[in-house]
This record gives sequence, structure tokens and C-alpha cells, in this order.
Amino acid sequence: MSENTAAALQMSRDELKRAYRRIKTIRAFEERVEKEFALGNIPGFAHVYIGQEASGVGICHDLTDEDYIGSTHRGHGHCIAKGCDVKGMMLEIMGKQGGLCNGKGGSMHIADLTKGMLGANAIVGGSPPIAVGAALTAKVKKNGRVSVAFSGDGASNQGTSMEALNMAVVLKVPAIFVFENNGYGEHTAASYAVGAKSIAERARGFGLEAETVDGSDFFAVVDAMRRALDRGRNHGLPSVIESVCTRHLGHFVGDPQPYRTAEELAVARAVDPVKIFRAKVKDVRLMDDADLDAIDAEVMAEIEEATQAALAAPFPDVNSLEKDVYVRY
Amino acid sequence: MPKKSYRMAINEAIRHEMRRDPNVIILGEDVAGGQGSSGGPGKVGSVFGVLAGLYDEFGAERVFDTPITESAIIGAANGAAMTGLRPIAEIMFVDFIGVCLDQVYNQAAKFRYMFGGKAKTPLVIRSTIGAGFRAGAQHSQTLHPLFTSIPGLKVVMPTNAYDAKGLMIEAIRDDDPVIFLESKLLYDTEAEVPDEAYRIPFGEANIVREGKDVTIVGFGLMLARAQQVAEALAKEGIDCEVIDPRTTSPLDEDTLLESVEKTGRLVVVDESPPRCSLAADIAAIVADKGFRSLKAPVKKVTCPHTPVPFAPSLEDEYMPNPRRITEAVRAVMAG
Repeated sequence: MSENTAAALQMSRDELKRAYRRIKTIRAFEERVEKEFALGNIPGFAHVYIGQEASGVGICHDLTDEDYIGSTHRGHGHCIAKGCDVKGMMLEIMGKQGGLCNGKGGSMHIADLTKGMLGANAIVGGSPPIAVGAALTAKVKKNGRVSVAFSGDGASNQGTSMEALNMAVVLKVPAIFVFENNGYGEHTAASYAVGAKSIAERARGFGLEAETVDGSDFFAVVDAMRRALDRGRNHGLPSVIESVCTRHLGHFVGDPQPYRTAEELAVARAVDPVKIFRAKVKDVRLMDDADLDAIDAEVMAEIEEATQAALAAPFPDVNSLEKDVYVRY
Repeated sequence: MPKKSYRMAINEAIRHEMRRDPNVIILGEDVAGGQGSSGGPGKVGSVFGVLAGLYDEFGAERVFDTPITESAIIGAANGAAMTGLRPIAEIMFVDFIGVCLDQVYNQAAKFRYMFGGKAKTPLVIRSTIGAGFRAGAQHSQTLHPLFTSIPGLKVVMPTNAYDAKGLMIEAIRDDDPVIFLESKLLYDTEAEVPDEAYRIPFGEANIVREGKDVTIVGFGLMLARAQQVAEALAKEGIDCEVIDPRTTSPLDEDTLLESVEKTGRLVVVDESPPRCSLAADIAAIVADKGFRSLKAPVKKVTCPHTPVPFAPSLEDEYMPNPRRITEAVRAVMAG
């Protein structure tokens, strides 16, 4: 029995159900986003998280609504993993009234501060410095919270990320920097653009604990995150987790990916976090196909309902155009 | 009433707010100074001494010296502001904003609107502005037109010690990101400043001299030069009204337009290059909303379209000076 399987055995069935539900919700939500995008129901562009579900869900598994996360342009999965309402998300992505940001944000700017979700961020490297600040709040208020910055392999090369790692070490704050390495920064391979042997190895040079984890395996991610949480909550120290994922699809929905061979894509898509989760929990006999399929059905119904509600909802009234620039003027 | 310097007025405002609200923190380069040094921390209090003594009073729990990494300074201030603190972040010279502008204009300025009104970012970014310090092209700009053009930022340019204290207290209590621009050459100027706390609301211009012939508007350090010209020309019978907008965003358009309606003539003195300056902005506002009041074309007194030069002879000519302001007033008087 692997160490990760042991972790699975220590989780309650309710915990496992919640985790699977989130993983499956992300998959189903993103597949629906692809479909609605193709039908012309989503303005602009969208980046989906298919293939990376276990990473976000694993990182957020032991976080509460009081802990903070900041995200990326590929942020839908992080929102769902942190507990954001999928209907509010679908409304937002379609730019509809009642969306989580009242239609002012869109796919790349979903936030829900009531869930500790400080915002998807369309600037590569935008979140790490902000996460240092949220962790600074936890330190000043001594409330035991942690903050997490999700970034990609692309953002790991940004100066802002390096400034944030250094600042977190200098100020001794409980920030956890999660670099989800899905192999590509937009259309360029991480093997080309990341000059170091690994993101984790480079991060260690900043003077913090860093580890590389299989981001397709929910249980491995939870294990790594528990070590980071111990350093954060109990010692007030930052950590880096490089979560190695696979990007099943293109950079954006509709990216034809001429830069990836069919062979490479087949290998990437064979690593499926949903299937890996199902196999593990069945292996230890904590859930069976019937349990998992029942969750699948619930999730599909929820996504259908959210999508129909979003399609039916009106666009925001133009009178809201100039609202909320300032708290008061 | 006690006389205090512009520097100490800002210090007093911050000290007062830090005593009043435990969520107010300071972060920036050398805001305490001396961390890790043989002499120990707290001996600097920011490079111009504005924060002197605050580390001694509030300690390392509230006053955070940072590495020289401006993106992390403003980014951390943003994250702290979104999650319940009221940070005062320092960018030592406003010129350094270039390396962290993303955190200013893509992050702080946008959170509230972009997140549908559900986030607030009560952040003050203090910085120092202005030429005349013999500091060269990368330590001498003002950049207030840049900040003023960005929706979501409030921009404050105090012209005297009294206002500096009241505007700083207002800035700290404001729930929006505020850019607080301190004129380096004003730090040692004194005014009567009450010991107690008081607030000066944003968007309320101060008519510092009433007059009937010409309206002169001046920002930051330029206000004093406008006043100096007004007093000199009064002896010749030219009666200037001098207005200090105090904040460039929000801008008190009503006071400006009412003044121009009365005088019919406008000179705007702005220490920035002419294109897209506040001078150009105010001239456009008056052309749009007060055109029929005008008896003469609006005159702008700005810097040339150049970086700030180093040589004293060049730098003095770069800045709007009393001679050029006087020429502008005479020009509008001539129609």
C-alpha cells in the first residue's frame, strides 16, 4: 500500500465524497464552459482547468473559508475547490446580472471574499505578492489563517513571484505558493522557459521549504499541503509546492495547439485526475462505483441548472456601468 | 497654535491613526531602517524622516521594513488591505512606481469594480515627488497625471503642513486606494497644525487667495509659487484668485468653474510635462463647461516635454517658476 493510499484510508467517507464532488464539479463545469463557449454564449475567452482538478481540490481540502487563496487566469477550478457557488460563477462567466462579481469581472476575475477567494488574476504573477499581504494580515491579527497563491509554471519565472517568495521569507508570513506546472506557459513549454531544473529546486534558493508533488493525485497533493499547512499555521512560515499537472486542452478554449503532437496529447490526457481518484478510493474499498456515479449525477444536474439559470439571466443594467469605482467619492 | 513642519504633520497624522486603529500598519523600504544592522532598527524612519519614531512606538509588529522590491511591497499592501488591514505603503521616490505599476493600476485600483463592489482596498501609497532636489531624471518626477488618469485611485497632493495632516488622516480612513504625493521641497515648510486629529475631505478645493481678475490653479509645490506671483501682481493692481485643488482625483470642478465664471481668466501651474498634464485636463474641463466665462485663452504653465535634467541651471528652468507664471498671468490679462 502506498503512502498516499494510507492517506485515503484516514479520510472519512464524507471527506472523500466532498473531494470527489469538487473534482467532478470542476470537470463538468469546465466541459460545460467549453460547450457554451462553442455555442457563442460566453463573451471573450476562457481558460479551463481540465486535467488539473486534483491539484486545486487537494490544495484547498484542508483550508477553511477563513483562509485565503489567490488564483490565475485559469481560475475556475480554484474557485470551485474553495467553495464558490457554481451558479454565481456561470452567471459571471457569461457576464450576467447576479454573477459573483455582478458581471464586472468575467472568467479571469472571479472573486468571492466570503469564501476567502481573493480573485482570479489575469496578470501572470499577480497573485504571489497579494498572497504575502493576506498572510501578513494573518500574522498581524494572529488568527492562524494561511494564504495560498496559485500560479503556473509561467508565473514562476516572473519577478513578482521571486519578490514575493523573498518577502514571505523575510517577513516570516504563512503564505503557501503553489506553482501548478502543467507543462506550458501559454504556447511555450516549461521545459524551455523555466531555466532551473525544477521550480521547487529554484524556490529553495529563496530559503523556504519546497517540494514537488504529483498534482494529478489528490491524495499526494493533500499530503504535501498538510506539511505546508503545519509550517504555516503552527510556525508562521511560508512554503512552496510545485504541483506537476497535465493540461489536457489548449491554453484557451479553442486553441488548436499546433505546437503539441498527437502523441504528446494522448500521453497527457491518459493522466486523468478523475479516474485516478476513482481508482484509489475503490481500491481501498471506501467508495464504489455506485457511490461515485451517484455524485456524478448530482453534479451534472447542478451544472445543468446553473447553466440554464445563467443562459436565462439578463445582462447587467447599463445603469451599473459607473457603480463601484470607489467606495465613496 | 503650534507651528509644525509638513514632515512632522504627516508623522503626527500616521501616529494618531496607528494609536487609534490597530489595523493600520506601515510597510516599505527603510520605514524603520537598520534592520539587521549593528546599530539596530528604527534609526531612519523613512528616507526623509517622515516616519521618525514610529518604529520605537509601534515596533516590528506594525512597522515592516521590506527588501527593495516594490512589486512585493504594493502587492503585499494590496493583499493586506483586502483582508482587513489598513496598510500605509511607501514608495521612496515616485519614480520607482514603474517597477510595481501592475500592482497599482491592475490590482489595487481595480479590485472593487472588477469584483462587483464586493472588495475594498483601504490602502495608502505614500510617495515623494518633484524636481528641484538636484536628484536627476529618475528621482524627480511628479507623475500625478498618470495616477489621476486611472479609475479607482484617489490622488492627494498636499501643499502645506495643515492640509498634509488632515488629508493623511482622511486617506488612512478612506476605504479606497489613495496615492498620497508628498512634495520633497515642502517637507521643511511650516504651518500652524493642531495637536488633535482632524480630517480634510477629498475633492474640496481650497481658495487660498480670493481675487477677481485671474484664477490661478497650482498643485503641490506649485501652489506656493502661484501665491508668490499673486502677491507681487497685487501691487500692480492685478487681483488673482489662487486655488489649491488639494486632490486631483476626485477633482473639485465646481470650485474651479465658479472661480473662472467670476474672473474669466485661467492660468494652471502644473509641475509635469505639458501633454496629458493636469493643466491640460483642467483647461479641457473649463473649455467644455466654462467656455462662455472665458475672456482670454487658458494659459498652462508646465514643464517642457523632457525628462528632468540634472544641472541646476537646467532644472530650475525646467520647473514652472514665478517668472513664467507672471508672464502667463500678463498674457491672459492682455486677452
